[in-house]
Amino acid sequence: MAHLQLDQARIDRARNSARRIAGRVFDDMDRSTTTTVERATLRLMGIDGVDENQVPLPNRVVDHLQEQGLLNRGAALAVAAAMNEQGWTAQQVAEAVAAGRLVLDGGGDDTAARNTADALAAQSCEHIAAQRAQRAALIGNSGENGEVAQPWLYLIVATGNIYEDIKQARAAAEQGADIVAVIRSTGQSLLDYVPYGATTEGFGGTYATQENFRLMRAALDEVGAKVGRYIRLTNYCSGLCMPEIAAMGAIERLDMMLNDSMYGIIFRDINMQRTFIDQFFSRMINGYAGIIINTGEDNYLTTADAVEAAHTVLASQMINEQFAYLSGLAPEQMGLGHAFEINPELENGFLWELAHAQLVRQVFPDASLKYMPPTKHMTGNIFKGHVQDALFNMVSTVTQQNIHLLGMMTEAIHTPFIQDRFLAIQNARYVFGTMRDLHSEIEFKSGGLIEQRAQAVLAETESMLAEIERIGLPSAIAQGMFAEIKRTATGGKGLDGVIAKAPGYYNPFPKRMLQGGPRHG
Amino acid sequence: MAEQWIKPYGDTQDDGRVQLSFTLPVPLDEVSKEGARRLALAMGLDEPAVVHAEDMGQGFSFYVLYGQSKHRIDLSTIQVAKPEFEVLDKEGVNALIAEKMGRKMVVVGACIETDAHTVGIDAIMNMKGYNGHKGLESYHEVRAINMGAQVDSEELVARAIEERADVILVSQVVTQKNIHLDNLTRLSDILEAEGMRERIILVVGGPRISHELAKELGYDAGFGPKSYAEDVASFAINEWIKRKAA
Repeated sequence: MAHLQLDQARIDRARNSARRIAGRVFDDMDRSTTTTVERATLRLMGIDGVDENQVPLPNRVVDHLQEQGLLNRGAALAVAAAMNEQGWTAQQVAEAVAAGRLVLDGGGDDTAARNTADALAAQSCEHIAAQRAQRAALIGNSGENGEVAQPWLYLIVATGNIYEDIKQARAAAEQGADIVAVIRSTGQSLLDYVPYGATTEGFGGTYATQENFRLMRAALDEVGAKVGRYIRLTNYCSGLCMPEIAAMGAIERLDMMLNDSMYGIIFRDINMQRTFIDQFFSRMINGYAGIIINTGEDNYLTTADAVEAAHTVLASQMINEQFAYLSGLAPEQMGLGHAFEINPELENGFLWELAHAQLVRQVFPDASLKYMPPTKHMTGNIFKGHVQDALFNMVSTVTQQNIHLLGMMTEAIHTPFIQDRFLAIQNARYVFGTMRDLHSEIEFKSGGLIEQRAQAVLAETESMLAEIERIGLPSAIAQGMFAEIKRTATGGKGLDGVIAKAPGYYNPFPKRMLQGGPRHG
Repeated sequence: MAEQWIKPYGDTQDDGRVQLSFTLPVPLDEVSKEGARRLALAMGLDEPAVVHAEDMGQGFSFYVLYGQSKHRIDLSTIQVAKPEFEVLDKEGVNALIAEKMGRKMVVVGACIETDAHTVGIDAIMNMKGYNGHKGLESYHEVRAINMGAQVDSEELVARAIEERADVILVSQVVTQKNIHLDNLTRLSDILEAEGMRERIILVVGGPRISHELAKELGYDAGFGPKSYAEDVASFAINEWIKRKAA
């Protein structure tokens, strides 16, 4: 394939900086847990359902433990101790706590409690491993075996109603979509609980609930069998309940999760410490479940300029990569994100798009790169928009991107109509087909404009990461180095859910899910 | 005023030629194709022709049609609500604020309620602006406070009180089932309830916003696509001067 001449030593230096940046954050954050990490732990141990006020039982138990001052030792231990004492299941313990029939006091034999928690964790991991194996089997049966004509076509449904979503997702799969993402209802990222059951009312999207996951999974499996492809299901592992959504997704065999280490901090004003702790635990679950994470660097370019801020995208991808390694993800599980967002009026803008996409491809040769379509410069002129999307499709195939989010010509107008998706798929299939082997036929001119541009972005990335390493990631975010948005370490939502671990804190999942410890990249 | 009747133009005056496309929730066959043609007829198109029809799977089919509009419109009878003010450039706005207000104009902006899309508010408020038009943060005589996305109306109003805002700027980008109308009405109701509505210049922007719609919702002005910081700022200082004089 076409290659740019890049200075490998420069890439290595940048990556080493990113490794130290992420490592330092990890060490600082490992001293605390969060309410949602503990709720995710309880979900994995089998606690589900809601009380008479629709409050999820994991929330009821964790709130109770917080009142009892016991959460700093981990929810798993207190619940396991009560299970031992009462001879109940975890669910029965949760129901009794919610009904006010049981007070958890953290008493009892700690070793026995650990054993009980460990046994539940082992059972839970077995289920998730079985789901992972089933995914592999279904992909194998579909004849994909890594031979699928990439990039994968990624489509979004966003009706607010899971049953309408299913209709649209099935149509999309029949038309050629490889990945279906169910957009979440706006505002869910700021809910400190996960809604329950099948939902039909959402705004700009559909609530992420375990039942909605299950319904969509079943529908995609069915249509996948019909069209002879495995249709990948995507949702949003972000916001205040990141780890819980990861747990639900792992249990219900989702395939991809939007899961960025910094997105919530920057764009949702969620507290930094909360996010860093939550992203670690959620990524660990995603890693174990074989889920591909998608990072959100494309968003930087909706606030910052795509030409001037290109290096912030690459720097953030390198940091996201290192956080992902710390959570045990393999490179092919890293859907590092970037976007085609240069102003179409800019002369040679297409060259800079090509340069950036190729640069990212070469810096992360094994990652499942996620390439996002134009949004910022889309207008109501749908005809021009269709051309912008065609150029985006072209860069994607020429630079061998992996996860290709389809651009909609009605991007600036409304959530897509069914024909918008249909035309977007036609556009992409046409471009991917007619240019299928173009990438292996062309070379970039040595010392040409494209190569120079890629080298310049790489050099800026290296110095940006060196600066972040010097001041630390929290200070870098506080200074607005990403997306020109400033956030402080103690600002934002959800800090009250960050809890310092007490001596004897226990969580049965990391040692199982991070077999062999964190990976090193 | 002299009548000015018009209809769409294809390649000959008054040919009325239009294109449209739509999906029908049935599989493609001869009947559905004829159905698409008759729909166009019912929409007021003469000699409609289905130039493209395709099955989309799952019981849906897609059509592209051309036809000739039966209808025409007399432009001389149309009145459109527009904010009336002169659009100044950045320096002009700064000079006018300095001269008339003698202090900085305070603008608090946000994407309110469910809306998570900051593209619009950022284009108007952030330093960099959009398409070469610098945002309000770059205006010497404006103190611009961008609260970002998914801000509760209450939170926005509280901040406006705290900052002694002259202008509240809200953006509504993504809309589904017209949720943006509920969001906007809510904000204006809260301002009324707080007794602040009179003191605040209330402005809304977004791809689906027109000045007319904004006025209907009780806002002072509405800005649609292709509006920049200088448009909003020019309106705001103009409105401030007008109110001061009243």
